[in-house]
Formats: sequence, C-alpha cells, structure tokens
Amino acid sequence: MEVPASSPQNTPPSAPPMQAQEDQLIAESGARSIRLLSHRQLVLMRFRKNRLALIGLATLILLYLMAIFCEFIAPYDPNRRFQGNVHAPPTRLHLRTPEGAWSMPFFYRVERKTDPSTFERVYAEDTRQRYSLRLFVRGDPYEMWGLIPLDVHLFGSSDPSVPLFLMGADAMGRDLLSRIVYGSRISLSIGLVGVCTSLLIGLILGGVSGYYGGMVDDIVQRLIELIRSIPTVPLWMGLAAALPPSWPQLRVYLGITIILSFVGWTTLARVIRGKFLALREEDYVLAALQAGAQPFFVIREHLLPSFMSYILVHLTLAIPGMIIGETGLSFLGLGLVAPTISWGVLLKDAQKVQEVALHPWILIPAIFVLITVMAFNFFGDGLRDAADPYSQRT
Amino acid sequence: MRTFVLKRILQAIPILFGISIIAFAIIQLPPGDYLTTYVNNLRSQGDVISDEQVKALEEQYGLNQPLYLQYWKWITNFVRGEMGQSFYWNKPVRSLIGERIALSMLVSLFALVLTYAIAIPIGLISATRQYSFADNLFTVLAFIGVGLPSFLVALVLMYFGNRYLGLSAGGLFSIEYMDAPWSLGRVLDLLKHMILPALIIGISGTAGTIRVMRATTLDELSRPYVEAARARGLREMVAVLRYPVRVALNPIMSTIGWQLPALVSGETLVSMVLGLPTCGPLLYTALITQDMYLAASFIMILSTLTVAGTLLSDILLAWIDPRIRFGGIQ
Repeated sequence: MEVPASSPQNTPPSAPPMQAQEDQLIAESGARSIRLLSHRQLVLMRFRKNRLALIGLATLILLYLMAIFCEFIAPYDPNRRFQGNVHAPPTRLHLRTPEGAWSMPFFYRVERKTDPSTFERVYAEDTRQRYSLRLFVRGDPYEMWGLIPLDVHLFGSSDPSVPLFLMGADAMGRDLLSRIVYGSRISLSIGLVGVCTSLLIGLILGGVSGYYGGMVDDIVQRLIELIRSIPTVPLWMGLAAALPPSWPQLRVYLGITIILSFVGWTTLARVIRGKFLALREEDYVLAALQAGAQPFFVIREHLLPSFMSYILVHLTLAIPGMIIGETGLSFLGLGLVAPTISWGVLLKDAQKVQEVALHPWILIPAIFVLITVMAFNFFGDGLRDAADPYSQRT
Repeated sequence: MRTFVLKRILQAIPILFGISIIAFAIIQLPPGDYLTTYVNNLRSQGDVISDEQVKALEEQYGLNQPLYLQYWKWITNFVRGEMGQSFYWNKPVRSLIGERIALSMLVSLFALVLTYAIAIPIGLISATRQYSFADNLFTVLAFIGVGLPSFLVALVLMYFGNRYLGLSAGGLFSIEYMDAPWSLGRVLDLLKHMILPALIIGISGTAGTIRVMRATTLDELSRPYVEAARARGLREMVAVLRYPVRVALNPIMSTIGWQLPALVSGETLVSMVLGLPTCGPLLYTALITQDMYLAASFIMILSTLTVAGTLLSDILLAWIDPRIRFGGIQ
C-alpha cells in the first residue's frame, strides 16, 4: 500500500491532538480568562494537593514549636524527682465524674501498694479528692532560652503537691513527659545541625568534584565509594566510642553531629556533583558564560536556583536518618549520655525487656521518634513531587 | 567478561586498603589504649603495679611501637588470617569472631531473601491492581515501613512478644541447643529463631523494594509491547510475567549490592536489642573496652564481606545483562 505523502511520519504522533487540546483550552478560557502561574505558584499548588505532606508539615511545625518552647510546655523541671513516685504510671485523665456528669479534665491521686500475695505493684486511684488539669499554672521556675526567668507552664496540676504524670514517671520519679519535651530540643536539632554540616562538606567536595572533574573528581568519587562500603552502624559505633567520656555535653553533641555527617555528606555530594555536571552544559549557562558572566555570578544566579529545590528535598529526606542515628547511638550508650536529655538517652532505660514489661510507658519516647521520622518522610516526599510541577507523577 | 571481572576485582583492592586504614584509625582515636584502661582498673582496685610492669606489658602487646608499625603488623597478619589476640577475652580474635560473623551473615542473607520474597510479589500485585484496596493498603504500609528504625521495631515487638505471647524473646537458639553440636535439630531451631529478627532487619528494605517494584512494573505495563502481547491473545498471567516483570526486576537486582551495608548495619543494632549471639554485642563491648584488635578485625571483616558481596552482585549482574558488561550502563 502506498503511503500518502502527507502522512505525519516525522512529526510526533501526539502533536495534532495536543494542538487541538490547546485550542480547545484557549477557546474555553475565553470566557474565564487565562491565568499564568509562576513556577513557585505551581510548586505550592502541587504541594497543597498532597494531604499527607501537609499533615507531615503540620506535625513538624508542632514538634519544633514544642522544642523551641520546651521550658514553657513541659509541666515540670525535667530533673525534678518526685519522692514516692518512682515508675508512677501515666495519670488517667477523667472527663466524667462518677455521677456521670461531664466535667473539665480532672484526675485522682494515685497510690502505690504492694499486692500482699504476688508482691506485684498495684496502683489505685484515691477517688476522695479530685484534682483538675489547669492551663497556665505556676510551677517550677525556669529561664526561657536561658534568658527570661519565668514560672508559668502551659498546663499542670491544680495542686502542686499532687503531681500529674501524663506519660508516667521514670526510675527516679521524674516526669517522663517533661523529659520528652526537653529531649525534643536535642533530638530534633541534631538532625538539622547534622544535615547542615553534611551540606557544607557535600557542597564543597561535590562542587569541586563536578567543577574540576578529572583527577579531583576521581579521588572524591573513590573516597565516597570507600565510606559507603563500610556498614554505617559499625562505623558510627566505632567513631562514637572514640569520643572521650570526659567531654562536656556540648562538645559531645557536636561530635555526634560530625559523626553522623561523616557518612551523610556522601549522598549529598553525589547529588550536587551530578546536578553540577548536568547543568554545566546547559545552553543558558553556556550563553551566560559566552556573554562574559563571571563563574561566581553564573553559579549564584543560574546554577544554585536551579538545583536548590533538589538539594532541599534531599536535605529533608536526610534529616530522619540523622535523628534515628542519634537515637540509636544514645540508646546504646555510645552517643549522648545522662544528664543530657535526648530521646535516645530516654530510650536507654528501655534496653531491658523486663523493664519494659513492667513499665511499658518508658517506650513512649520511641513513639515520638517514629512520628517525627514519618512526618519528615511524608513532608519530604511531598516536596519531591512538588519540586517538579511539570512531571506527570501523582 | 573476564576483563570486566578482573577490573572490578582490581578496583576493590584500594577500597579494602582504605577500609583497613579507617578501621585501624577508629581504634586509635580514643585517648589511651586497652592497657591504660586495664591498668587504671587494677590500680583503682588497690593493686600495685609498677611502671616497669606497665612497660613490660606494653612490650608484650607491641603497644610501644610507632603506629605505622602496629598497623603494618596487624594488616599483614590479618591478610594471613591471624587477627591477633583479644586483650579483654585473652583469646585469639579468630576464635571469638568465627561463629558470630557466620551467624551475622546468615541472618543478613536470610533478611535479604525474605525482603525479596515478600516485596516482589506484593509490588507486582500492587502494580497489576493499581488503586485497588490491596494496592492502597500496601502503599501505606510501605510508606510507614521505609521510615521505621529497625531497632525501635525490635524493642516494641519484644515488648508485645513478652506481654502477650509469653516469649522470653531474644537469642538464636533454644536453651537445649545453646551449646549443642550442629545437628539437623539445631539448624531447624536456628531457622525458627531467625525469622523474626530477619523480618525486622528487612522491614525498610522490603518497603523500599515494594515501591520500586510497583513503579517499574507500572512503567513497563504501559508499554506497547504488553498491549501487543495481549492483542495476540496471550493470557494475562503470561503477558505480565514473561517480559515486563523481567525488565522490572532489573533495577531491583542491580541494587542488591547496596542493600548489604544497610542490612549489616541493621543487623548490628537489632541483634543488640534482641540479644542475638552475632557481631553487634561483641563489637560493642570491644569498642567500649578499647579491645583494639577485636574491634578493628570486626569492622574490617564486616566491610570486606560487604565489598565482596557488592562485587559478587556486580559480576552476577554483568553476567545477566550484557549492556553492563560492555560498559553501556554505569
């Protein structure tokens, strides 16, 4: 059969319907008026559609607010020991009085007894007197961010002598909720600091590697391969064990972030190098160089904006790994140690199954770690999809 | 093919050399060495130890030599299979490590097998029944699984196992097989105990693989050749399984090498929580007590096995896929 000369052999087969679609769109929009959206608006629009990512973002905002205002949100001083409340179980909040009427949240004093036959600890509520949960109560004095002396807490018990343990107490009778809230400051910031350190190393080495190429590139690539071929946890453990126990808390904290970045930078350096290599050859970059732009100007004006979104996504997705890393190391006793409070340090109490079986609430910090990690993952995934608003992925 | 294999093996040598330096450096990083810890302990207990005795001990362990000599002595012996003496246990390192490394690798490999055995069928079901209830369920589960830190999962499972199933949890052998010689019963007992740890270690890998498998299969299913196969009357099973799945498996197979370090990492932490007689707990005490030869040998062997595993998977892949053999795909 003879092929007609006008057959669209060389044009993409989708061209005519596309054209028609566009025509139709333009015709339709005649009534409404065409709206032009900037790249940023497209990204935002796409991000807003992703419900999981929004939930992740909201959760993260709440968590970080908790970390920033931890002195105010924690009902007690995290190091205050309540005598006679060792391993007190989470206080039960009641909303209905025994008569069945609704009421503001209240609770009873809990008394610990020993079962005379089994020697098990039993906790019984003393229902004679009700204590209520109050907002903005005065309690343990603290200094907000080490600056402003205050004693108002977001919530607390109406009677200072009857403590309220929403998440139970630990082996020394300290309020677990307060400790978790204070711990969030370290656990949540270590990811950010670690990622910033990784970004710094990754930008320098990845940038150099992608910019110069050749020998330098080879050396950096081999170095990355070398570090990545060592299983991370044994490597982290080895490095963390090397931190002298005599170091002050702040230095250990920095040491841990550097250890976490020691592996973390490799992924970032690879991403940055790849982007650098790809963008270096782009027409608009070559055009700018041809027009006499300085390399630094080109990097700042053309390269950085075009791969910043990718880097941001990678950073977001790298944070949970660092948080888990700190938690794992501190859990083993190789990272931060008491009196520093972090979620990993708190979980160290949960190392023994027997302990957990008797006082399951000491596992609550793990729930916070899980929530944080998931929130970061959902948020990061949403960012990744939104960063490229023209892709067809849904 | 032979040149490819040779090239890859040659490339692995400088990496192994680098790892040995890192492993040795890690052990040297903390101030002091095993002997200072040891002597301090004895002195704090009231023992009188003269400086001459300390000198003699240093001599005995070779700790007074310059670092590069210590390194050289360690690495040359290591290559010959002599890993030195553990200070803490006062036993040759090799006798301490042997079974533990084997068990570690066994658990990791078992986790790898479970990962694929679970993830590939689920990914396939998800892709062929896109947006069905099962697909949505698995997508959510995979989403959650990717982020779960395995040691926390182990902790929580230990609690529930202890609370509701009365499991004393932990260990790789039942009491009656603990120190028994190898027998069929012991192997079966080991397998039974390995399933849970392997599942826990494999969680994030499984979740990740489900997502990759689903995405690549979906990509393949929308290709014209699948349509053509259906048009020619191939049964759906055959049309899906014969070609698209094989293509979709490629990216999964090519990342086996990357899964290994992650699995070994996960295994180290999980085995400490579950109290498995594998590398994790021993490496931990070795690091804490600055038992340098034991710790360095552990890191070195784990890394070497990882590199070897990656090498093996690369070679296998090149054998399967000629495009890689001829350097078409990196």
